[in-house]
This record gives sequence, C-alpha cells and structure tokens, in this order.
Amino acid sequence: MSFDDVRDLYQEVILDRGRNPRHMHRLEPFDASAKGDNPMCGDQIELRLVFAEDGRVADAAFEARGCAISLASADLMAEVVRGHDGTELRALALSFGELAKTGVLDSNDTELEKLRPLSGVCEYPSRVKCATLPWTALIAALDSRSREAFK
Amino acid sequence: MNASVKLAARSPAFDVERIRADFPILTQQVHGKKLVFLDSAASAQKPRTVIAAMTHAMETQYANVHRGLHWMSERTSDAYESVRDKVAALLNAPSRDEIVFTGNSTQAINLVAHSFGRGVLKPGQAVLITEMEHHANIVPWQMLRDSHGIELRVAPITDAGELDLEAFAAKLADGKVGLVAVTHMSNVLGTYLPIERIAALAHEARALLLVDGSQAVVHRAVDVQALGADFYVFTGHKLYGPTGVGVLWARRVLLEAMPPFMGGGDMIASVSFEKSSWAQVPHKFEAGTPAILEVIGLGAAIDYVNAIGFGAIAAHEAALTDHALARLSDVAGLHIVGRAQDRGGVISFTMDGAHAHDVATLLDRNGIAVRAGQHCAEPLMRRLGLTSTARASFGIYTTHAEIDFLAETLDRVTAFFQ
Repeated sequence: MSFDDVRDLYQEVILDRGRNPRHMHRLEPFDASAKGDNPMCGDQIELRLVFAEDGRVADAAFEARGCAISLASADLMAEVVRGHDGTELRALALSFGELAKTGVLDSNDTELEKLRPLSGVCEYPSRVKCATLPWTALIAALDSRSREAFK
Repeated sequence: MNASVKLAARSPAFDVERIRADFPILTQQVHGKKLVFLDSAASAQKPRTVIAAMTHAMETQYANVHRGLHWMSERTSDAYESVRDKVAALLNAPSRDEIVFTGNSTQAINLVAHSFGRGVLKPGQAVLITEMEHHANIVPWQMLRDSHGIELRVAPITDAGELDLEAFAAKLADGKVGLVAVTHMSNVLGTYLPIERIAALAHEARALLLVDGSQAVVHRAVDVQALGADFYVFTGHKLYGPTGVGVLWARRVLLEAMPPFMGGGDMIASVSFEKSSWAQVPHKFEAGTPAILEVIGLGAAIDYVNAIGFGAIAAHEAALTDHALARLSDVAGLHIVGRAQDRGGVISFTMDGAHAHDVATLLDRNGIAVRAGQHCAEPLMRRLGLTSTARASFGIYTTHAEIDFLAETLDRVTAFFQ
C-alpha cells in the first residue's frame, strides 16, 4: 500500500498551495467578480479581480471551499493573471484547459509554465474539473466586465 | 450486535468467499491493485447468473413482448411476466397486477408525481418529504408544486440523522398533506426510517405514503403490507440487477384511480383518432416496448438474493457495519456523519485536512472505490453543514478484510495531507 503513484497529481507545490493558499482572501474593493461551482462535489469559488487603468489585471484573490486541486489551481491562477488583459487571459484559460486535459504543454509561455504542476490531473479524468473550476470563474468574471463596459 | 446476529454472520450458510466467486468483476484490478468495491449504494455489481440470464435470453429466446403470436414472443412474454410475480413476492405485494416496471426509482417517483400528483391530488394539498431525501424524491415534487399548485413541506431530521417524528407529525396536523414521500434508508447517512410509524401517522392524517426503497430493498426483507406503504419504489441496479429497470408498487385502487403517465403502444385497450381507452393495470403504465432484457435480469437478481436469503444478508451486513463503524472511529481525524440507532451499511465520513475528493482519489489509487461529493442530496448536506463527504457502502460481497484495508489506507490519508 502506497501513495507514491499519486505524487504526479499531488506534487509538493499542490499540497502546499492547497494547505496554505496565498491569495485566498476577500478582495475589497474590486472591479469584476464571478462565482464558479461544481454541483458534483459542492465545491465553490468566488473570484474577484482588480484592473489597472490599462485594462490589465492588477490584483486577484478568491474565496473558496474545495479540494486540494481546486484550491491550488485557484491560487496559482490568481498569481499568473496579474499583468494580463482579457484577451491574453482567455487564451491562457484555453491553453490551461488543454494542459489539464492532456498534460501537454504546447508552448513556451512562461505563465503557462507556472501552472505545470497541475498537469498531473490529466491522468485523473474525474478531477480535471477541479483544476479548471477557477478558470471557469475567471472567464465568467471577464464576461461580466465586458457586459458592464457595453452598458 | 446481539449474539444471534454474530452467530448468523459466521454460519456456514453464508460464505462470503463463495458469494464473491459469483461476481466476475471482483477479480479485476484497478491501478494494478485488487479492486475493493465500496460503492454498492451507487450501483451494485452483478452476479454471473444475472449476466447469464440476459445473455441466454438474447441467444435463445428473444422477441418483443405482448405482441407476437409466435413462439419467441410467447416465451419472452412469459419470461418478462414471470418477473412481475417475483417482484410481487419480493415485496409481499397483494397482487402481481400492482407491479409496474419503470426505468429506475426516479422514473417511478416521477410517474407518481405526474399521474397521482396531477390526477388525484388537488391544488392546495401538500406533499411532505424529509430533509434526508435523495434529489429523486425532492425535484419531482418541486416540479409538481410549480405546475399544479401543490405545497411542498419538509420534515426536519435530528442532529443524529434520524427523522424528528414529533416535527413530522406536526407537519401533518392541519390535514392538508395528501401524500407523504420518504426514503426507507438514507443513501448518505445509512439511517433506516421507521416506516410503520410514519405510515400510521400519515394515515391518521388521511395522507398516503410513498416509500423510496432504492437503498433498503437491497439489505432487508421488505413487506409493503406490514410497512403500511401505499406506494413503494426501487431500482434494479442496486439490487445486483441491471440498469434500466425499476419498479413501482402501488395499491391497486390507487393505480386504477391514476391516469396514465405516458401514452403509446402496449398501454391501451383500443385506439381511434377520436378516443383511446386504457389497458388494465399495470399495463396502463407501461407504454412502449419495455426493458425486456433488464426485467429478465432483475428476475435473476431476485432469485439470486432469495437463494442467499435476506436473513443471512442482513446478518452479514449488520456485522460488517458494526465492524466498519468501530474501525473507522479509530482513524484519527475521521468523522462519521450520522449516528442513527437503526442504520445499515452506508457510511459517510469527512476527514480533517482532506477534502472528500482528495480522499477518494487516494483510495482509488489503492484500488478502493468509494463515492465522494453530495450524493444527490444537496439539501441534506446543507442541513448537516457539509459541502461533501466520502461514502463507503457495502454489499453482500463486502468482506471484513476490505474494511480493514479501507481503515488502514485512511490512516495514511491524514498523514499525506499534513
């Protein structure tokens, strides 16, 4: 009996981020927010974003209840989104979705590289959603900001 | 556990290894580890006799039922209809004509919600459920509430995970409740509800009683007459049978008063473009070609559990449950959810510092299959103040050694996440 073969999923950085997320707090004030939930497991996340004047993310934080994978994913995401605009983030979300599903990192993107510890999730099809849940919330937050801009 | 249960569990009549040999899947490995299947409450594995019965039907005698005037159709109809007798005997139903085949428990409850709910209940009447229902016994009543002006009431549970009978009785007091719909055994807490008592209270208040037997029918002998139920539903796939077949039993007078749920072939007496008339019960509720092979498979599953006997099954599972409660209580940081007096082999738990999904993944990599999440009982989770639990559930093939292995593995899960 051993847990050695789950180390590809639960890498040290994942366990650490799951236990002690750096960006799990209530961001106030904020410019955009969105909730994501996974009715299968009851996991929920609320993501809040602050934008700089040039339209790039200046700060990101989240409140969540979830498993180690979803918390670690949210925490890493909150870090890599800084300094990017909506267009870049949508592209990054797509790339991350591919990374989570296939484990393949198909670019030299340095931001994507920071998310590589989550690539092990591809071997666990039922857990891919845990990793992508924060990114679903990110897209929803960007969408709500776009809608606001058109009002 | 009393002495007689202990004796029965060890009696040579119940040999768990012999039973395991009847289930081909149990020799499979997952992730290179021996399969330890502790997810029978979600769906049970199938004995060889069930698999063989369905294969045999397809290979030797198969045609549509109730239609052909030819040998194959007659044989298939006989095989199909003989299962109605087996189900009637399983539930001790007064008549085989009170057994309606559906797709599963969910469809059976929806049938009652649509047919009895719209055809017999009147707007302004109420349906009373409990806080520990599966979504299948919540959502159909909500849909009825919204479409038909029925009030939906919810009886609370105690912190121990039992029905609060006093509060339940109070919900019946104004006489508006037309139907009580409760689970026989919680799929999250393992709690058995006191159905006889609930039936007495419901009938005193002139309400009828529907019992969701999806979990209970697997573990205990069910006697719908002794229970005092008016409707009883269960599903085949948790009873070691195939998916795609479920059962609605209802008292004949009710089935006769209820309008059909779905229209089509096989449920009519005659059809013209102006008007159609309905077949007798139960066929009135079985529109279209039924799940012939699945019904035949269910028949084999009922034969299988009857051959073992519900006395032996209940004794084996009571011993397993006692053992599991004791072993799991010793795992540091593990909290068992629910402490009902009368409970069966469905045990939900949480662990300090480890989310249920992470627990399930670690167990899975050691070959242990458990369920994790909300178990289709979101309102119950909210009531318990939980977002998710891991759940180990037992069947006739579960062994004490498997439970020991679960407990030993869980001991290491806590350490892994610290």
